[in-house]
Amino acid sequence: MPKQPGGQRLRLPLEWLGILPFMIFAVLFLILPTMKIVIGAFQTADGSFTLQNLIDLNTDSIRSAYWTSLKLSFVTALLGCAIGFAMAAAVVFGGLPKGVRNPLVTFSGVASNFAGVPLAFAFIATLGPVGLVTVWLRTEFGINLRAMGFNLLSFWGLVITYLFFQIPLMILIIIPALDGLKREWREAAAVLGATGAQYWRMVALPILFPSLLGTFALLFANAFGAVATAFALTGPQLNIVPIKLFAQIRGDVLGNPNLGYALAFGMIVITALANFLYIWLRVRSERWLK
Amino acid sequence: MSFLTMTHLEKIFGQNRVVKDFSLSVEKGEFISLLGPSGCGKTTVLRMVAGFESPSAGGITIDGKDVTGLKANSRNIGMMFQAYALFPNMTVADNVAFGLKVKGAPKAERDARVAEMLALIGLADLGGRFPFQLSGGQQQRVALARALAPRPSVLLLDEPLSALDAKVRVSLRNQIRQIQQELGITTIFVTHDQEEAMSISDRIVVMNGGVADQVGAPFEIYNRPRTRFVANFVGTLNTFEVEVADPASGRVMLAGQGLTLPDAPLAARAGETLSVALRPEALRLGRLPDAEALLTAKVTDVHFMGSVIRLKADLAGAAVSLDTFNRPDTPPPVVGSEVEVSLSGRDFILLQA
Ligand SMILES: Nc1ncnc2c1ncn2[C@@H]1O[C@H](COP(=O)(O)OP(=O)(O)OP(=O)(O)O)[C@@H](O)[C@H]1O
Ligand SMILES: [Mg+2]
Repeated sequence: MPKQPGGQRLRLPLEWLGILPFMIFAVLFLILPTMKIVIGAFQTADGSFTLQNLIDLNTDSIRSAYWTSLKLSFVTALLGCAIGFAMAAAVVFGGLPKGVRNPLVTFSGVASNFAGVPLAFAFIATLGPVGLVTVWLRTEFGINLRAMGFNLLSFWGLVITYLFFQIPLMILIIIPALDGLKREWREAAAVLGATGAQYWRMVALPILFPSLLGTFALLFANAFGAVATAFALTGPQLNIVPIKLFAQIRGDVLGNPNLGYALAFGMIVITALANFLYIWLRVRSERWLK
Repeated sequence: MSFLTMTHLEKIFGQNRVVKDFSLSVEKGEFISLLGPSGCGKTTVLRMVAGFESPSAGGITIDGKDVTGLKANSRNIGMMFQAYALFPNMTVADNVAFGLKVKGAPKAERDARVAEMLALIGLADLGGRFPFQLSGGQQQRVALARALAPRPSVLLLDEPLSALDAKVRVSLRNQIRQIQQELGITTIFVTHDQEEAMSISDRIVVMNGGVADQVGAPFEIYNRPRTRFVANFVGTLNTFEVEVADPASGRVMLAGQGLTLPDAPLAARAGETLSVALRPEALRLGRLPDAEALLTAKVTDVHFMGSVIRLKADLAGAAVSLDTFNRPDTPPPVVGSEVEVSLSGRDFILLQA
């Protein structure tokens, strides 16, 4: 067949055209803002280079904001993984009726995206100081959550609220991984004399480890960046980084945008470190994968 | 008492009786194949022996001990699956050592046993590899080593060769048989490949619809199939209608020629027709001195398969298959030609059911 030079030249651009919207999006909303943040973190208000913003991060209040954020992210990721794993395992192996699985997956799909103001409102309306459940427990059973030390607008209140999207996210991601565990592995282990616990410890968990790790990292990042829920729930009173950040950049007279950039830069660094840790662990645990 | 016994095993899934009144006694060191079409319950029988399914009725003993209620992990059984059953996160050596490890055997003992097993399957240098770095045939050999390492009392194999290509399949089945004989381990092998079953088994159980149709040595199953199903499932079969001449002596007529069937007296009256069958190799090409009858057949197809040549031909109104050995100095008959075929009444198989 004779060569058609025109057709040759058209080919590549056409194939790349499909991902063009994605690339525009990535540049506009990911790369440019990130650059702005990184550059802004090293600028004074009039645009000259400085390290002062980073130095200013080293105050008690900001240090504790980072610490609380890390704790919150870590705790909700860990609990989300553990509880979500148990629920997914119950659905996949626990002999629950087939009819349970699809509704659970559908619900998880919805709940894992339930965040921000609606989620905060939902929790305030149920577990807040005058929430439905709080009042019901008090009037019907005489259980006073507040007197027992529970306060929705606190660290553990935020943990519970975050779990509402962390657990479903875990379920969504881990069910396919659990489906990937072959029946032959379990049966081969059993027939070789292994107990159920030995099978999980020596076979299933090592195989799932990369997925668990990846999901943990995702849940961690998910919680670490979840400003809207936290702010909507507690307002500025809880000291976590996203709220601090929000306070700096929303344009208050008191705000210092460049300190805001430095705060965000700190978040990027922490997320990047977490990702490196994740990738390193994952590579180590995946030597046996193709 | 036999080493492994299954008595009146039954398995019901929902409304479905998948295994019906299945009984079998296996001697120590015997190699038994369960042979049958897809869905006849072979795997279910094997899984009941392994302890993955509990029988709806009946019992299983191993070495005189009733294991019917025991869990899979306390039966001391070795099992090999169809494919992909190696633990992907462990090296070959760790896979083979697994059974000993969960039993708490010391490391030195495990290492020695792993080396011994890898040598047995001819993969001594591959202990450090992961399963994905092995070919399908190598993976199955490792699976065999893993199953044998803890010295099981019974070895169960569920179509372990079906995912492999033809050449590897043949060499691996011979290796399995050789190792089995070397270790003298009692073995049940599930397959739906009759050639595979016949070539390596001491005895074959032909299963059909959840029941054992016939149990016997390969020679017996092939030459004296008891049912039409067994006859058809094992090997190729030509069937003819013959007219009974003298039931007492087993004399029948086929295309005007007299033949004497081996199962006299016949359960039929003179003048009735009977269904009989003949293996392709019992229709012999040419005029042979020991033959009872000589018929003419018209060749319709020729398959040259190497050492064997399979002809299709019209014989006495039936389309038949006819096998003859290749001879370097004699080219096979051509399509459309007429050939003489010798046959004898003693080769006929009388089909009962
Ligand atoms: N867990 C189960 N639940 C319900 N039905 C089952 C179950 N396991 C097997 N069956 C049914 O029992 C019948 C026998 O299955 P089995 O796997 O024993 O057949 P098989 O002889 O091994 O077939 P194949 O050669 O295809 O492997 C099939 O009809 C199958 O659908
Ligand atoms: Mg099967």
